[in-house]
Amino acid sequence: MTILFNKKTMILMAALLLQMVAFAQTAEPAVEMADGLYQSGKIYVVITALAVIFIGIIIYLILLDRKIGKLEKELKKN
Amino acid sequence: MKKNWWKILTAVLILYTIVAGFVFKVPAQPILHESIRNLYFHVPMWFAMITICFLSALQSIIYLSKTSIENDIKAAQAAHTGMLFGVLGLITGSIWARYTWGAWWVADTKLNGAAITVLIYLAYFILRGSIEEEQKRARVAAVYNIFAYVMLIVFLTILPRLSDSLHPGNGGNPGFNKYDLDSTMRTVFYPAVLGWILLAVWFYTLRVRTEKLQQKIRSNDDSFQ
Repeated sequence: MTILFNKKTMILMAALLLQMVAFAQTAEPAVEMADGLYQSGKIYVVITALAVIFIGIIIYLILLDRKIGKLEKELKKN
Repeated sequence: MKKNWWKILTAVLILYTIVAGFVFKVPAQPILHESIRNLYFHVPMWFAMITICFLSALQSIIYLSKTSIENDIKAAQAAHTGMLFGVLGLITGSIWARYTWGAWWVADTKLNGAAITVLIYLAYFILRGSIEEEQKRARVAAVYNIFAYVMLIVFLTILPRLSDSLHPGNGGNPGFNKYDLDSTMRTVFYPAVLGWILLAVWFYTLRVRTEKLQQKIRSNDDSFQ
């Protein structure tokens, strides 16, 4: 028990602690990216939603394109 | 169907960039973080706008040599489509600026130049709409439209390069091609640019067709009276 609280071990422990703090600080500057978002896999939900919206817009455009085509044919007849 | 293969290509290209733009790895950059992916969506807006505005100026030049009203319609509809993408580019750029530079708008040559370009084209619509006589309207609008495209080049590409700018690719700032040397970003960025240009062309053709229909209906109405 006494060996744990004597001066030498205290200094040693403090030094170790400082070392850990210093290590944590050097590791910090890594740029934060949304890695967790991708690991959880749920970003795919958003991508799917975006893809569905875009496909919807394209289908709408195609229908509009066809409608204009029909009107052009109709006007040509007259 | 054979004539419409490029519309399918448009859909496929943009769909690919929506998926790949989120899934593919991007270089980790301070300040930018994941917002670097905006490169796939914000920048193609400007490529689409500049391309369609070039088409507009080209139609105006053709109008001045052939004086066919069809070229005037094409020039005006192309400029309209261009402004849709210009405004989208301004808005997306503003959002991106808020979360990287810290402000919705900065008095920067690139940003102000983009805003002035949009205003120049708005003046084109006002000018074209304010002249009643068809041939006169087409001629005046065509001359102004060519001038507008020259101003676009000056404000979007020349002036920002002559002064300091926060915007990447200007005033000594590195463009994004310095960040994506790993070239994975290129595999998404180039298809995105092509896809959005094609979508702009699609919008443009639809606008031209409806405008022509309207003209035909009007001339039919006139002959019935």
